[in-house]
Amino acid sequence: MERVFAALWRLLVAAALLGFVAPPVLAALGLVSGADLVNYLQQVVSGAALGCVYALVALGIVLIYKATETINFAQGELMMLGAFLCFTFVAILGLPFWAGALLGIGACAVLGMATDRIVVRPVVGQPAFAIVMVTLGFGFVARSLASVIPGWGTDTHTIVTPFANQIVALGPVVISQDHAAIIVATALLCGLLYLFFTHTKLGLAMQAASQNQLAAYYMGIPVKTVFTMIWGVSAGVAAIAGLMLAPIAFVHTQMGMIIFKAFPAAVLGGFGSIPGAIVGGLVIGIVEALAGFYLPEGFKDVAAYVVLLVVLLLKPEGIFGHVRKKKV
Amino acid sequence: MTDTPEAHAGAILRLRNVETYYGPIRAVRGVSLDVRTGTIVTVLGANGAGKTTILKTISGIMDPQKGAVHFRERPIQGLDPALIVKLGVSHVPEGRQVFPLLSVADNLKLGAYLRSDAVHVAKDLALVYDYFPRLQDRAGQLAGQLSGGEQQMLALGRALMARPALLLLDEPSLGLSPLLVKEIFAIIRRINAEQGTTILLVEQNANMALKVAHYGYVLEVGRIVFEGPSEELLANDDIREFYLGQKQQGARGRRRWKKRKVWR
Ligand SMILES: Nc1ncnc2c1ncn2[C@@H]1O[C@H](COP(=O)(O)OP(=O)(O)O)[C@@H](O)[C@H]1O
Ligand SMILES: [Mg+2]
Repeated sequence: MERVFAALWRLLVAAALLGFVAPPVLAALGLVSGADLVNYLQQVVSGAALGCVYALVALGIVLIYKATETINFAQGELMMLGAFLCFTFVAILGLPFWAGALLGIGACAVLGMATDRIVVRPVVGQPAFAIVMVTLGFGFVARSLASVIPGWGTDTHTIVTPFANQIVALGPVVISQDHAAIIVATALLCGLLYLFFTHTKLGLAMQAASQNQLAAYYMGIPVKTVFTMIWGVSAGVAAIAGLMLAPIAFVHTQMGMIIFKAFPAAVLGGFGSIPGAIVGGLVIGIVEALAGFYLPEGFKDVAAYVVLLVVLLLKPEGIFGHVRKKKV
Repeated sequence: MTDTPEAHAGAILRLRNVETYYGPIRAVRGVSLDVRTGTIVTVLGANGAGKTTILKTISGIMDPQKGAVHFRERPIQGLDPALIVKLGVSHVPEGRQVFPLLSVADNLKLGAYLRSDAVHVAKDLALVYDYFPRLQDRAGQLAGQLSGGEQQMLALGRALMARPALLLLDEPSLGLSPLLVKEIFAIIRRINAEQGTTILLVEQNANMALKVAHYGYVLEVGRIVFEGPSEELLANDDIREFYLGQKQQGARGRRRWKKRKVWR
């Protein structure tokens, strides 16, 4: 049975990749019109852009999970608060975009660290259920608080980015600069995070504390402080995701609902895998966009879960996950 | 054990009546021991005797309910583990506890986490590679992919990267082949002799431990029941019987076994 699933899994991956590259090939052969190909590519790009946002939220969830084994159900709300903080600095206080964005991201990172210290830390060691309830509860509170803060409220807002209303033309394919900026920024951010985690003392300490907490204590690594900093990194990444989402969606108190796409992304990639979270987010974003364009209405919203179910059926550990083997 | 100040001259580590609990379970029941500077001291005991708990109490992972731990004449019980590492105590935990998804080199780097003297750290890395050439060969490999023996070497090397004055070793022989155990113990002896590192070695493998140690304690159910220079322990009939697996021949041995099932 396992063999059959493994074979089917390979078949699925092959079919997906084939489906992905087929349109350009068909167009080159003259079987599909140029206009159709352009449509297809534009859907892929805008799907990838949204997928990047899913990926970054998923990444934050995975970082916290790997370190503390806490599943943060409020990661979407951290993104929402990050977006509102950026909105506050840029739109309300009128700071230059980049300065305001940096301040917003920094403020959100501090907020994430405070969340760990004040909200999550006191229940660590309690049953997993308690921690779940605490993060869920924090999400609810964050939403209601945001809706009563003057200038935030229940309205929708926008953050005007330097990229707004401009386009990038790659040949006949026209991409909005906002979409292009999201993809480029996500790639840069992933590169930066990679360098941070592999080449800095603090980054290595974060990995170490995530992999073996006790051994980290033996090395003199301040594990609790390191975990708090991971919450900070995670919330900072969430704020960046919120900032990216702002120009293509809106800033509003319910934007944390993105977690219903970020979770499938994280699970799809293999929960606990950082590359998995990124790939999972991209896959869900692209599938969603294509489903929205080519399939009847309604499919778009369930696309993420259909993909997730099919993948989990064939490969329960996710795309990049590995079956946990007990070490000798 | 005499309690005159002269008796402790030169002891880098002193435990006095240490009691450590796991919740209601008293795992260490009033242990006193001295580790003289520059020596190798071993604590022998069966599984569950409390050896690991003693080491955890010294390195600050656990706090004793009662008693005192003095390192270089300074009380360290209850201090933060990071502070104790900084003072010069490195702990090689039971079961190696390497960082499995980090490279060998990164594991070693983390051993020097609290140090900022890059030049000396680089020298110590060279030294560790000198003691364990196999680690240098595998520097780029993930620690989780190493064999048990190599992981033990890595755990030792990682602890050395903190440049400790006192090294705590928790059953380095656990799960290793006799040949590897010999190799590791030879290196332990070399580290002690060449670096002057004081070593507190906790073992079930009494035979090997007494061969490298200068002084030994025997621990039973959380209590020290016997102590003495290694040669004395090796020569002691009771130690041989209970910890070296060498049963006495004849009726005399059997009688003694019945009379003294437990020490004290
Ligand atoms: N985490 C724990 N919780 C409760 N009891 C423990 C725990 N760890 C060890 N013990 C108990 O404490 C005693 C000493 O354990 P330990 O120090 O690990 O012994 P050793 O290292 O000599 O095998 C044992 O009786 C053991 O059952
Ligand atoms: Mg033990």
